[in-house]
Amino acid sequence: MLDGILIGLSTAFSLSNLLMVIGGCLIGTFIGMLPGLGPMSIISIMIPVAISIGDPSAALILLAGVYYGAIFGGSTSSILINAPGVASTVATSFDGYPLARQGKAGKALTVAAISSFCGGSIGAILLMIFAPALASVALLFHSAEYFALMVVGLSAIAAFAGTGQVVKALLMTVLGLIMATVGEGALFNMPRFTMGIMDLQSGFGFITLAMAMFALPEALYLVLDPSRSRTEGGNSEIKDLRISKAEAKSIAPVIGRQSIQGFLVGVLPGAGATIASFLGYAVERNIAPKEEQAQFGKGAIKGLAAPESANNAACTGSFVPLLTLGIPGSGTTAILLGALIALNVSPGPRLMVDEPQIFWAVIISMYVGNLILLILNLPLIPYIAKVLAVPRNYLIPFIFFFTLMGAYIGQNNATELLILVGLGVCATVLRFADYPLAPLLIGFILGSMLEDNFSRSMQLYDGLGFLMERPMTIGLLGFAMILVILPGYRARRARLRQAGVADGD
Amino acid sequence: MALDRWIALVILMISLLYGYTAFFTMDAGLPPFMKFNAIWPSTFPKGLSVLAMLCALLILLSPSQGRTEPKPGDIDYRRLTDYKLGQALILLALMVAYALLLRPAGFLLSTVGFLVISSLVLGERKLHVLIPVAVIAAVVVWYLVQQVLGIYLRPLPLFLTNGG
Repeated sequence: MLDGILIGLSTAFSLSNLLMVIGGCLIGTFIGMLPGLGPMSIISIMIPVAISIGDPSAALILLAGVYYGAIFGGSTSSILINAPGVASTVATSFDGYPLARQGKAGKALTVAAISSFCGGSIGAILLMIFAPALASVALLFHSAEYFALMVVGLSAIAAFAGTGQVVKALLMTVLGLIMATVGEGALFNMPRFTMGIMDLQSGFGFITLAMAMFALPEALYLVLDPSRSRTEGGNSEIKDLRISKAEAKSIAPVIGRQSIQGFLVGVLPGAGATIASFLGYAVERNIAPKEEQAQFGKGAIKGLAAPESANNAACTGSFVPLLTLGIPGSGTTAILLGALIALNVSPGPRLMVDEPQIFWAVIISMYVGNLILLILNLPLIPYIAKVLAVPRNYLIPFIFFFTLMGAYIGQNNATELLILVGLGVCATVLRFADYPLAPLLIGFILGSMLEDNFSRSMQLYDGLGFLMERPMTIGLLGFAMILVILPGYRARRARLRQAGVADGD
Repeated sequence: MALDRWIALVILMISLLYGYTAFFTMDAGLPPFMKFNAIWPSTFPKGLSVLAMLCALLILLSPSQGRTEPKPGDIDYRRLTDYKLGQALILLALMVAYALLLRPAGFLLSTVGFLVISSLVLGERKLHVLIPVAVIAAVVVWYLVQQVLGIYLRPLPLFLTNGG
């Protein structure tokens, strides 16, 4: 492990990779601050750039930097103008915006930055402990277990989608899997489901799909509803970034608790930063003393520190299943996985053994990224906040232009742009009807791996026998079934109870 | 019928078509030696189509949960015409036009055109700012893509570059 850390240090601290982290964090902060643009859109826009760098460590470091920066930028716009660009920073605005209204925007930003920094750093330490352990267990897995594990991951993502949403999320996942079977797979050397369209021969482009699922609908929403990009009413005078010793003392235990809890939530597939931040906020409010409880929602710094440390720790936590199992637990890590595959790196337990420099460089650069956010971005915030004044008449055309460019660079083909627009319109309609889009992309990215592992176990056992002969596989698949069925069952019971029907117990 | 059920219906149709292909037409082209394999190219899609049909039917047939109020800040599709639908449709049309014109008209011309026209559609009137911004952006992006990333983008219209 020590060798690995040393390799990681030397990779992460090379000049070009340091520039990647700094650049990624700055770009992420800039764009993440724009209301209405979340990390998934930003990362999907940045992917073509990252892929053309060519070096997988550098690309992943850049994207991870963008990810952190975007979360940080999202917190900033939540605090300053009460317009969270990201679901995971909604909880930040509960107490952050009241603080800004009271003229304490500077203090709120400092608390947010310090909490994020601690959350991210503690998360990175936990990642260093957890990931190797998990990876060594995962090395024992065969393709049958992998197949089952991916099914569990996909089911968990659907199961966490919320009440009444589980079937929708499941349908989206299956649709993503179906889209992944289009084109010529590596497995059979024959094109499938191309409907005779030449451009589908190689399947749907992953970048195109990521843009169409996230960036394009978000931009269309901005066009449809001008109030989403409103920037007025902001109290953008930021002064006095310092916090007092007593305040630091009061938030320290909050940060400690929420970093660990957030990390653990982030490790779970499907949960991620949004749930972690809301959970962190709720837990801290419940365990706070009575007189402090009343302050929550009116500008309590504890209420700001909790979601901020939790969501950053969860972001780090979500790298655990990605790096050790190769299974993304969230939309963002799914996009990162897609980028890695495009760079010919297959994340999974072998990653740590075969390419330790990638694994450790990413972890080390998480520290560096967090540090940069604290020492570089925080003092720059008053200037970066000017970005909030970019008029939407300029902003929106450029977002569209960058999605088009991204799809073009990814596939080098003008027809791809038409596919992008078509899929983007479909995605927007799906979003109108409250269908979650992240499961579709995750399904799409995992699709070929899922089929690959399924086929290998089928071949090995000459049929579905592997289900019976490998108890771990059947156990995991059973667990996946429970994950999917349980929320539906409970919702049904709740509905029956509401209707006054007795249900036995 | 609410929009989410219409969507479920459309997806059901898609998965029926997909399933029909997987179950009935796909295996016809399978080389004989592959028929001895435990797994065919159609095996996995067969399973997927069944799953998709099940999910879509569940959404279609499950009891309505009543008229769910849209979350604040979300767009209510039932009042779509209250929003800037026209602008959104024009911008989509512009994107299609951009895709079709990118090759024949060249990157610089189509990009400047796209940026300027879409800003105008959104209500921008300061042409003396808009046009320089669009031109600079187009040139910078072209330089980055072509020179730094090394991906070929024809900068000028077809008739100026002798066919290319």
